[in-house]
Amino acid sequence: MTGAATAPFLSLAIFVPIAAGLAVLAVGRERDVAVARWIALVGAIAGFLVTVPLYAQFDTTASAMQFVERAEWIPRFDIHYHLGVDGISVLFVLLNSFVTVLVVWAGWEVITTRVSQYLAAFLIMSGLVNGVFAALDGVLFYMFFEAMLIPMYLIIGVWGGPNRVYAALKFFLYTLLGSLLMLVALIYLYNVSQSFAILDWYEVPLSFPVQVLLFVAFFLAFSVKVPMWPVHTWLPDAHVEAPTGGSVVLAAITLKIGAYGFVRFVLPILPDASRSLSGFVITLSLIAVVYIGFVALVQTDMKKLIAYSSISHMGFVTLGFFLFSQLGAEGALAQMISHGFVSAAMFLCVGVLYDRLHSRQIADYGGVVNTMPRFAAFLMLFAMANCGLPGTSGFVGEFLVILAAVKANFWIGFLAGTTLILGAAYTLWMYKRVVFGPVANAGVAALADIGPREFWLLAVVAAGVLAMGVYPKAFIDVMHVSVADLLTQVAKSKL
Amino acid sequence: MIDVAPALPEIVILTAASIILVVDLFVDDARRHMSYWLTQLALLVASCVTLKWLHLTGVKAFHNMIVDDMLADFLRIACFVTVSLTLFYSRTYLQARGLFRGETFVLVLFALLGMQIIITGNHFLTLYLGLELLSLSLYALVALQRDRRQAAEAAMKYFVLGALASGMLLYGLSMIYGATGSLDVDLVARALNGAQPNRTLLIFGLVFVVSGIAFKLGVVPYHMWVPDVYDGAPTALTLLIGSAPELAGFALALRLLSGALQGAAVDWQGMLIVLAVLSVVLGNLIAIAQTSIKRMLAYSAIANMGYMLMGFLTANRYGYAAAMFYTISYVLTTLASFGVVLLLTRAGFEADQIDDFRGLNQRSPWWAFMMLLVMFSLAGIPPTIGFYAKFMVFEAAVTEGFVWLAVVGVLASLYGAFYYLRIVKLMYFDDPVDTAPIAARGDARVLLSVNGLALLVLGILPQQLIGLCAIALTQSNFP
Repeated sequence: MTGAATAPFLSLAIFVPIAAGLAVLAVGRERDVAVARWIALVGAIAGFLVTVPLYAQFDTTASAMQFVERAEWIPRFDIHYHLGVDGISVLFVLLNSFVTVLVVWAGWEVITTRVSQYLAAFLIMSGLVNGVFAALDGVLFYMFFEAMLIPMYLIIGVWGGPNRVYAALKFFLYTLLGSLLMLVALIYLYNVSQSFAILDWYEVPLSFPVQVLLFVAFFLAFSVKVPMWPVHTWLPDAHVEAPTGGSVVLAAITLKIGAYGFVRFVLPILPDASRSLSGFVITLSLIAVVYIGFVALVQTDMKKLIAYSSISHMGFVTLGFFLFSQLGAEGALAQMISHGFVSAAMFLCVGVLYDRLHSRQIADYGGVVNTMPRFAAFLMLFAMANCGLPGTSGFVGEFLVILAAVKANFWIGFLAGTTLILGAAYTLWMYKRVVFGPVANAGVAALADIGPREFWLLAVVAAGVLAMGVYPKAFIDVMHVSVADLLTQVAKSKL
Repeated sequence: MIDVAPALPEIVILTAASIILVVDLFVDDARRHMSYWLTQLALLVASCVTLKWLHLTGVKAFHNMIVDDMLADFLRIACFVTVSLTLFYSRTYLQARGLFRGETFVLVLFALLGMQIIITGNHFLTLYLGLELLSLSLYALVALQRDRRQAAEAAMKYFVLGALASGMLLYGLSMIYGATGSLDVDLVARALNGAQPNRTLLIFGLVFVVSGIAFKLGVVPYHMWVPDVYDGAPTALTLLIGSAPELAGFALALRLLSGALQGAAVDWQGMLIVLAVLSVVLGNLIAIAQTSIKRMLAYSAIANMGYMLMGFLTANRYGYAAAMFYTISYVLTTLASFGVVLLLTRAGFEADQIDDFRGLNQRSPWWAFMMLLVMFSLAGIPPTIGFYAKFMVFEAAVTEGFVWLAVVGVLASLYGAFYYLRIVKLMYFDDPVDTAPIAARGDARVLLSVNGLALLVLGILPQQLIGLCAIALTQSNFP
C-alpha cells in the first residue's frame, strides 16, 4: 500500500492537534475552562484517531516509506514538504498521539491556571512531534525539531515547580546547542548532495573524516536529546520541575526523538563513522545503564528517581542500535515504545500522589497502600514493568538487547544485564518505601484513593503495558522489514 | 529631454517634504494630524509611483549618477512600508512627548530621501550625498527632544562618530578615485577588471570604505555609537534608526563593495570576516548583560548585522541574496519589537527596561505572543522568519567553504538565545508588577498584529520572499 491513494493521514496527524490547539487558544477563557478542556480532549482524540489508519493500513512487508506526501516548498534550496513513515517511525507517531490524549486527560482538574494555554501548548507540541517522526526532508525535520522547544519551554517554565525558570532555560539551551550544530551538518549535506531529502543522503558518498565530523554534529544533537551520559544533566532538572503532563511528554516522547535521530540520520547516512565509533557509543551507553542506575538508587525525590531510571533505560536503546544486529535494533525500538508507556505511567502515578500531598519526596510517604489500595495495585504493575518483569512491556526490549549484547561480546552483555538487578533495586525499593509499611504521617492517612478519571487513565496505560508484554509481535512485526533494511544500509561502506 | 522616471519616487518625497514644511506652518496643534496624514499619503503615493514605473532591468539616468533597477525598486518600497509602519506605531508615543510636530515629519521624509538616494546611487558622490542627507536628518531627529539630557547626549555622540565615519568613507572613496581614475560605480568596476590599478592605493582606500560602511551598519569594532543612540533617542526614533536605515546600509554596501569593487572582493572579504565574527561573538555576549531593552536590542542589532555580513562576505549572488533576505527579515522583526515596546509606553512611562515586560502574558496574552514571536525570530528558532534568515546566510557561507564561520555563527547564536529567552521568561513565567491597561490606537494594533504574524507566516512560507530577493539581484546584474 502506498499513501498515494489514501487520505493524507500524516498531515492530519500533524495538523489536527495543532488546529485543535489554536482553537483552544481562540475560545478558551480563564473563567470558563470547561470549553477549553473539552475542545482539547476532542482534538487530542481526533488526533489519535487519524493515526489509527497508519497502523491499520501499514504494509509490514515493504521497506519503502509509506503514506508519502510530497509537495514543493522552497524551490531555491530544493526543500520539500515531504512526509512518510516506515516501520520504525510509524509506531512513534501512534505513541505520541496516544500519549497526548493521556496528557490532556491527566491535566483535567489539576491545572487551574491559564488552562487554555496549557492545553494548547501540549496539542501544538504533539503536532510538532508527529512532524519530527514523519519528516523526510532535512529542513522540515529541523523545523519541527526546533519548534518543539518553544511549547516545552513554556510548559516547564509556566506550570512547573519552584525552580522552573532554571530548569526551562537549561532544557532549552542544552537542546539548542546540539541542534544548531546539526543545522550546519544538514547544510553541509545539502551542499554535497544538492538535495535536502533525507533518503538521498543515504546514497551520497562521504569521506571518512567528513563522516566523523558530521557524526560529531549529529551525535551532539541527538545525545543531548536522548539524553546520554554525560550530557544528561538537564533531564533530572527538567523532569522534576515540569508539571506532570510535561514530565510525561518529556519522558515518553521527546527522549525518543533523540534515539530516533540516530536511526534516521546517523546510522544510515554515516555508516562508516558509526561502525568505527560504535565502541565509544556503547561505552557511553553502558555508563548510562550502570552508573546512572546507581545514581537512581540514591535519589530521595520520586520524579528524580524516575528521571534517572529513564536515562538508564535509554542507555539500553543506544546500546541496542550500535550493536548493529537485528535483535539489538528491534530490542532498542521495543524498549523505546515500552519506555513510552512505562515512564508515562510512572510519572502519572507520581502526579497522582503529588496532587494530593504536594510532595515528591519519598520520605514524605509510607503506607500508601492502606489508604489507596487501587492506586497501589497500579503502581505495582508499572514498577514491575520498569524493572522488566516478563509479561510486561519492559521485558521485551531489555531481553532482546541483552541477547544481542551477549552475542556481540559477553562483557557488554554482562554489564547490560546488571540493569535487571539495579532496575529492580531502585524501583522496588522506592515502591516499598512509598507504598508499604505503616501509615507514615497524617497526610498519608488522609489520602483519598484514585477517582474514576485517574482510574481509567491508569487502566488504559496498564492495558498498553500488558498488551505489549504479552503480544509483542504486533509491534515487532511492523518494524521488522525496516530494521533489516536499516542494517543493510549500515553495513554498506560510503567511502 | 532627461528622463525623470527613474527618480520619480525621490521627486515625490522631496515635493511632499517641502509641501508639509509649508502646510505645517498654518495648522495648529489640534489639527497637527494633518501633517501626519500628509506624510502617510506621500509614502503611499511614492509606493504607487515606484510600482507604476517599475524597472525590471536597470535604467541609468542623470549621466549615470543614479540607477533604477529592480533592486532599487524593491528596497525603496521596503523603505516606504517600514517608515510608514514606524509612524503608525509611534503616533501615540510622539503625541505624549510633544514630538508630534511638523519638523519630525519633514525630517523623517528627508531621512527617507537620503535612503532612497543611497539605494539608487550609481556614483560615489550620489551615494555619499545620500548618506549625508540620511545621517544629518537622523542627528537632528535624535536631538529633537532637546530638553532631555540623554537625547542631547545621544545626538552629540551620534553626530561626532557619524561625522568621523563619513569622513573615513569620503577619504576612502577619494583614494579609490586616485587608483582607478573615476567616481562612477560602473567605471570603477571596469577599471578593476581591466588594467592593473595602483594596488596599494586601492587597498588603502578599501580599508577606509569598509570602515565607513561598518560604522553605518554598526558592526564591531565600529559599534560604539549604537547602544548609546538606541538608548538615548526617544523610542519612536530608535525604531526609525534601527529599521529602514539598515536597508539603506545594505544597499550602500552592495553598491560600493559589489557594484564597484567586486574586482577587489578577495581583499574586502577578509575584512568583512573579521567584522562579522567580532560582531556576532561580542554583540551577543554584551547583550546578555543589559537591563535596558533598548540597549539589549542595540547589541542584538550589532550581532544581527554581523550575521548579515556572513552572507554578504561570500561575494556571490547567493550570498548577497541571503544578506538581503536577512536584512529585510531583521527590519521586519525590529519593527515588531519596538512596536511592542512603544505599545507599552504611556505618558511618563518609557517601558524601556526589560523588567517592564514582567508578566506581560497575564496583562495581554496577544502582545506577549507577538513579543514571543519577535524573540524567537531574533534567536533564529523556526518556524519564524529569523530561522530562514540565518539558514540562508549559513548556507551561503558553507557553500563558499566557510564551514567554520557557520559554526562560529551558530555557537554565538546559542548563547545569544539566552537573552532572548530571558524576555520570554519575564513575560510568561513571572507575575506582572505593572498592571496599567495597554492603550493604543486601533490602526497601530492591527498593523502590529499583521507585522507580528508576518514573522510567523513568512517563517513557514518564505519561498516568495526568497525568490524575490534572488530575482532582484539577478535582474540588477549583481554577480
